[in-house]
Amino acid sequence: MRKEFYITASVKIKNNEIFKNDRSIFKANKSLSIQDFLKETYQFLDLSYAKFHKMDVLCKLGIIATTVLKKDYPSDTALVLQNKSSSEVSDFQHQEKLNDFPSPANFVYTLPNIVMGEISIKHQLQSENAFFIAEEFQPQIIVSHTESLLKNNKASATICGWLEANLNDYYVFLNYIEPQGEVVFSAPALLENYIHE
Amino acid sequence: MSNLREELKEKIIEQLNLEDLSVEDIQNDDLLFGDEIGLDSIDALELIVLLEKDYGIKLTDPAEGKEVFKSIETLAQFIESKQ
Repeated sequence: MRKEFYITASVKIKNNEIFKNDRSIFKANKSLSIQDFLKETYQFLDLSYAKFHKMDVLCKLGIIATTVLKKDYPSDTALVLQNKSSSEVSDFQHQEKLNDFPSPANFVYTLPNIVMGEISIKHQLQSENAFFIAEEFQPQIIVSHTESLLKNNKASATICGWLEANLNDYYVFLNYIEPQGEVVFSAPALLENYIHE
Repeated sequence: MSNLREELKEKIIEQLNLEDLSVEDIQNDDLLFGDEIGLDSIDALELIVLLEKDYGIKLTDPAEGKEVFKSIETLAQFIESKQ
């Protein structure tokens, strides 16, 4: 019999609004830039995490999403993330500075998997992680990798989903997956929640 | 003379994105790397860039950097000694 896992929490960040389990918990003015939205969110969540201000947009979104998703995580909570634009925002910023004085603080964020390191530091995770790049949301890859980690006892839970930030927009959709719950974890379920307004 | 120290505080706050700090929060003798201000290794690289970009000073000896970046005061004295 196929072992099932469950979606026990979800977070979505889009259009300067944050949803937890499909309920809006914070809404900022849509005209705000993403940086200003992230700053307001930092204050709203009362994060008190000075390192946050040094991070790039992708990492800030990852920190906010995982902070909203759940209060505490087991240290072996795995991370399985996906996006389209990799670390595009930091990549372009770094490229613009190449002819002047490149910023080391900017350069360190020119890889998408840095966000997993930042999330792990913030939530004290010592776990498996993977970051997939895809043209569009591909839940099957996320589901198969997550199930593999959980079935093989490489993790007791997993944070998985879409974490996208590009030069024009962003979209975050993360889920918490556990062995017990009510909503069965599957590619169709993820896809339905991903496109759900 | 103190203008340079205030200027350095402003530049460090701005360029290192220390948004939780203001100029008043940083004393001239506070340890930049440690419990007081809490800068890290990437910040050290940013300070090297800042020295070269804004003051035309190239820091090539890592051992020298450890002493120069100890505090706002040591950093200011180092810049003044090069001007």
